[in-house]
Amino acid sequence: MGINWFKYSSPQAFHPLAGKMIPWFSAAALVLIGVGLYIGFFVAPTDFQQGDAYRIIFVHVPAAWMSMFLYVVMAAWAGLGLGLNARPSFMMTQAIAPTGAMFTFLALLTGSMWGKPTWGAWWVWDARLTSELILLFQYIGIILLRASIDDLRRADRASAVFALVGVVNVPIIYFSVRWWNTLHQGASVSMTESKMAATMVTAMLIMMLGFWMYSFAVTLARVRCVIAERERQPSWGKNASIQEVAEAR
Amino acid sequence: MSQPSMSEALRGVVRRDLLLAMRRRSDVAMSVFFVVIVASLFPLGVGPEPAVLRMIASGVLWVTALLACLLSLGRLFTADYLDGVLEQTLLIPQPLAVLVVGKVFAHWVISGLPVVLLSPLLGLQFGLSGDSLGVLTLSLLLGTPTLSMIGAIGAALTLGLRGSGLLVALLVLPLFVPVLIFGAGAVTSSLAGIGSEANLSLLGACFLLSLAFAPWATAVALRIALE
Repeated sequence: MGINWFKYSSPQAFHPLAGKMIPWFSAAALVLIGVGLYIGFFVAPTDFQQGDAYRIIFVHVPAAWMSMFLYVVMAAWAGLGLGLNARPSFMMTQAIAPTGAMFTFLALLTGSMWGKPTWGAWWVWDARLTSELILLFQYIGIILLRASIDDLRRADRASAVFALVGVVNVPIIYFSVRWWNTLHQGASVSMTESKMAATMVTAMLIMMLGFWMYSFAVTLARVRCVIAERERQPSWGKNASIQEVAEAR
Repeated sequence: MSQPSMSEALRGVVRRDLLLAMRRRSDVAMSVFFVVIVASLFPLGVGPEPAVLRMIASGVLWVTALLACLLSLGRLFTADYLDGVLEQTLLIPQPLAVLVVGKVFAHWVISGLPVVLLSPLLGLQFGLSGDSLGVLTLSLLLGTPTLSMIGAIGAALTLGLRGSGLLVALLVLPLFVPVLIFGAGAVTSSLAGIGSEANLSLLGACFLLSLAFAPWATAVALRIALE
């Protein structure tokens, strides 16, 4: 007998499972982000060119990674939802979008905080910054499109189509520093060789794991809200009394 | 009764939309006048310095063309949606994406082509000359069909929603950005004397890419909207 992979694809089964997982992911996020920030701010050596200003990258780079990664994940759920006509996938799409928008904003904000002391400008119209800004607009567009359609089914599917259309932007952001010769430097971290000290890379990776855990926790919490909102059935709420269940029937 | 072939259906859609537009010529005239007026506002606002005007010409004219396309997107499907023709269109046995190409082409002829034809005149207003005028016209000729293609996705997604005019702008404008960058970049690079071929090729690539994918996305969005 194999594992029933589809058991948790039903919102009723997923709701309690998500509730059980949230504390673990939250705790992991707290620990990892704490450790990452500690290494980043106190252990990692000062950069000889940029001084201590460079330390913002421990937030900036993982946030930028997450902003792109979450978009791809969201689009994958959207595609899955359209292909299989599966409601839970659309719920995941809806739940991921605000977190992705938050990370995109965080990446832009920390980037400009780093840009001021290093480049001497809060903002430059360079290819990567512009494409990241467009990514933020896309996230906002998806959220707004969903919010302005009253019919739930149409809202799900229309925002999924828009999310899929916007995927073209992700490779543009990722490769922008290679395709265009611009101010934003190329990738500092790669699988094969790294231009940074080992402690810095470690701190960055720990921060990214932490952001990952945070995204899991927040997305699951939000998807629980979405499920509760959409499937208003008191029978599987915790405090549902028999009377409520009877009323619902 | 024999079924019309795909090209016949395509021609039928284009013919009908153009005929409807000819019956209401003021609609077409409006988007043309919009472009002329907006483009004329910039020299008044920025000041008549020829060097400055030449520098901002490509950006201003491209943004104007983009806004003209955006404003006319409401006409693409709305009238058909309201009188029920769109629902009948979905029932046509020919692939919906092909019919969408026809509608988008007609939309471009009505709203994009006049802007392209007018652009040398507007370019003269901004002090462009010779080569760069030609590049401006060519870049708009390559770029505006892409705008109509991408815009059709947004128009289909927001069909019949409240506040759809603003929403379609929010959805579509970010997607217009590459076309704007390459289009305005072509004119700027020809002014700088470094040749505009690279940017024009990228514009052509954008057009082909949008021609391949946008009609499908629009067709899916239309089916969702009319479900």
